[in-house]
This record gives sequence, structure tokens and C-alpha cells, in this order.
Amino acid sequence: MINIYEVNETNAMIDKENLDVRTITMGISLLDCADENLEKVKENIYNKITTKAKDLVSTGKAIEKEFGIPIVNKRISITPIALVGQAACHTPDDYVEIAKVLDKAAHEVGVNFIGGYSAIVSKGMTPSDELLIRSIPKALASTELICSSVNVGSTKTGINMDAVRLIGDIIKETAMLTKDNDSLGCAKFVALCNAPDDNPFMAGAFHGVSEADTIINVGVSGPGVVKYALSNLHNANFEELCETIKKTAFKITRVGQLVAQEASKRLGVPFGIIDLSLAPTPAVGDSVAEILEEIGLERAGAPGTTAALALLNDQVKKGGVMASSYVGGLSGAFIPVSEDQGMIDAVKEGSLTIEKLEAMTCVCSVGLDMIAIPGDTSAETIAGIIADEAAIGMVNQKTTAVRVIPAYGKKAGDVVEFGGLLGYAPVMPVNTFDCSTFVNRGGRIPAPIHSFKN
Amino acid sequence: MNKVIITVVGKDTVGIIAKVCTYLAESHINILDISQTIVQEYFNMMMIVDANKADKDISQIITDLDKIGEDIGVVIKCQREEIFDKMHRI
Repeated sequence: MINIYEVNETNAMIDKENLDVRTITMGISLLDCADENLEKVKENIYNKITTKAKDLVSTGKAIEKEFGIPIVNKRISITPIALVGQAACHTPDDYVEIAKVLDKAAHEVGVNFIGGYSAIVSKGMTPSDELLIRSIPKALASTELICSSVNVGSTKTGINMDAVRLIGDIIKETAMLTKDNDSLGCAKFVALCNAPDDNPFMAGAFHGVSEADTIINVGVSGPGVVKYALSNLHNANFEELCETIKKTAFKITRVGQLVAQEASKRLGVPFGIIDLSLAPTPAVGDSVAEILEEIGLERAGAPGTTAALALLNDQVKKGGVMASSYVGGLSGAFIPVSEDQGMIDAVKEGSLTIEKLEAMTCVCSVGLDMIAIPGDTSAETIAGIIADEAAIGMVNQKTTAVRVIPAYGKKAGDVVEFGGLLGYAPVMPVNTFDCSTFVNRGGRIPAPIHSFKN
Repeated sequence: MNKVIITVVGKDTVGIIAKVCTYLAESHINILDISQTIVQEYFNMMMIVDANKADKDISQIITDLDKIGEDIGVVIKCQREEIFDKMHRI
């Protein structure tokens, strides 16, 4: 039988160390909503989302109350809209119409975000994909709860450089259209390489075509719990350090597994995956950077950071895998700058640069995340940054992503405020040497040799 | 069996257990186990109860116990056992 010490340990994790379930995300296929008539598509989408997800938020809240574990977000991921709207949409504005319906449906069911205003163009773009991508700035500027993503490359296909170049412009335009809110629109868009079909985390969540009609995916969190567990281990060797992270990750993930199974049972929707992630929030003590400090670095970004992060990421997976029956999504430690107080401090003090963050993305999930860059950064430079990240993902057979915010009118050293879970960020300087000849070549970068496994 | 864990944490005072037990008895909730410690001068009690025959649903029990805790100045949490079981047992 459970004893008082175990109960106290669990409750201390929740009350003092910020243990929570970051998100219950319901994946909903919208493939059956397609039609040639735009009005019909809009109606189908609205009806399907508001029917399938009508009990999602209330169920999440009931689980939260009964088990005493906070569930921070209830979200929806949907089939990439470029697939759903292709017969009906003939202009970018047609897609914006769909975006508005998605936003309305998300408000109706009370979720925090809806992800999947997306296109998968890792090898090539259909006319529909291109229309959707061109509609992204206006869609993000005229809605509140929509998250958008584009998969620009994969290990199997190489990198679609036409899409990468286009997205450079799209990010700039999004920053401009949402300039009154510190270019907030860019915080809701991510360019991915090797995007998973079952990711519950925003902004990159979408419901891939390999998925069932509806599914429940759960993202766990808990950097604070790992940090606390390591706080008494300053003199321990790597063996003891790694064992402790593994055991802690197991405990955190078991909570996610329980919540996922319970949500699946109550909603009558199959359980998909647990995303084993350490997802920080701007709250003090809920930071991945602070774990790196506990491991022995003065600040994130110091020499040793990449090795410490690699170790952390690997142990989280090793502990988490046994705790869950199905693991998927992004699964790893996240390093978003604006959402992590320790990262913000490291940037402010000059310890952490974009180049070091890029190196860190080689060994963890997901990529250059929530990084504010100067508003005058060119579209070509942004495309170059995306190409670099995509190359890391492509060659290392992992998911990588870029979510940068070229904050309109801001320069390096200024601060942008997004509020809530998105936090705030110091604007980081970017290498200003030109890469336009490279990114303007057109076409695609071929798949790497090690992708040919047959 | 519908096991629920009730924890009470707060400054020690007369009648904490009595108040909680009275509520449980009135609600037809059976106590299976009680343990108690004092941590840093704070009263710390855990009960394992069976809410199978309870005349209220769990959400109501959680709300009621929370209110009782507020009235006597302690924090009373009531959580389904599975969260602890999952985390601490393979």
C-alpha cells in the first residue's frame, strides 16, 4: 500500500516543483471535411471539431481535480489544412476564411490552441500548399488560437529550399502584420524538418495522415522536478546523476500515462502517444537551463552545455520510455528561450548565443525555439537559419525546428513581451553576413546518403 | 474498490482528525488506513479511504473536504489513489 512519504513526494512535486501535465491534445482528422465548395468545407470543419472535442476541456478539468494534477493546456491538432482545403481554396484569402472558422471552433470548445494550419512540403509544394503558406501571415494576424507549421524537409526527401526561401518572407510579413503585439504572430508559426505526425506540442502540432480519425496525445513536463532531484547531487558522479534523472523522468511520465489513459477512456477516443518532454515555462524553477546549472554549469551556454544537454535528453528518454506504453511526438528537452527564465538570464548575461543554441539543437528537441531576433533581419537570413536547422535534422534523422521572431522595430538587446506561457525574450543578435545567393538558388537539397536504407 | 488518498497538512490543532472523520462517516466513506507524522512542526496526515459506497461523487467530496480544510485552517487534499500508485509502483 502507498505510504505517507510517497504521497508527500508526489504532492511536493506538484505543489513546489511545478509538476504538471503540459497538454492533452486531441488529434482530429479533417480529411472527411474536404469539398469543392468553400462554404461546405467551413461548415464541415466547424461541425466536426465542435462535435469531437465538445467534452475535451470538461474532461481535462475533471481529471485535473480528481487526481490533483494540473493539466495546463487542452488543445486540438488537425489534419494539415493544405490537404483539407485544396479543392475549395483558390486564393490565400480562401484559406484565411478557413483559419477564422478554426479559430471560432477552438473558442467554442474552449481549448487553448488549435494546431495544424499547416503544409507538408518536404519534397515539393502543390499549388494548394503554396496558397496556404502565403495565407499564413494574414491567418495568424486575424485569429487568436491558431498555430501554424510547415514541414520543409526530411531525412528521406532532403530539404525543399523553395519552401525555405518562401518562409523567410512569410515570417517577415507575419512580424509586420502583428507588429503592435511585438510580432506575436511569429510565436505561433514554426518551420520543421522531420515533423512527427503525433506531436501534442505547439506550435508544431498537427494530426498527420497516418493517424486514426481521433486520438489523444499527452505532453508531460517537469523540469522543476528534475532540477530539485539534482539539487542534492552536486558531488555525485555521472552514473549517479544519470540514474537520478532517469528515475525522475519515469515518475513524471507515469503521471502523463495515467492522464492519457484516463482521458482516452472517458472521451472514448484511442490513446496515441505520450510525448516525453521537459517543457519549461517562464516560472522560476521550471527551467531546463536551471537543470543544466544543477548539472554543473555556471550558466547555460558555457562550454559543456551541449554535453550536459545530451546527457539530460538521453536520460529523460531512457526513464520515460518504460513509463509509457506508447512514446512519440517530439520527446526530449525543449530549449525555448523566451519560455525559460534560465535561458533568458543566460542570453542577457552574454553566455548564450544563437550559434550555441544551434549546437544544442543537435542533441535535444527541438530547435531554435522562441528566439527574438532584430526586426531588420532579412528574409534571406531567416531562410538561411531555417536551412541550417533543417540540415541538422535531415542529417541526424531527428526533428528540428525554427520558431524565430524578427521583432518589428526592435534591435539586439531590446526586450519583447509575449505574455503567458510564451514569456518574454531579449532580442538576440544574428550574424549579418549575407547568404542570399545560397538561399535563392531554387530547388531542393537532395536526401543524405544514409537515408537510403533499403 | 474506489480508493482515494486524503492528505491533511497544516498547523496542529484540536479536532482535525475528528472533523475529517465525521465528514467521511456521514458520507459513507470507509477509512482503510491512517498514518500521521509531524514535519517541521506541521501536522501531516494521510488517509487511505474507500469511496465505493459514498453517497456523493468524488468531485463533490474533493470540494467539501477543501471547504472543511479552509474552515479549520489546514490544507486538505483528496486525490484518487492511481496517481500515487502509478508513480511509485512498477
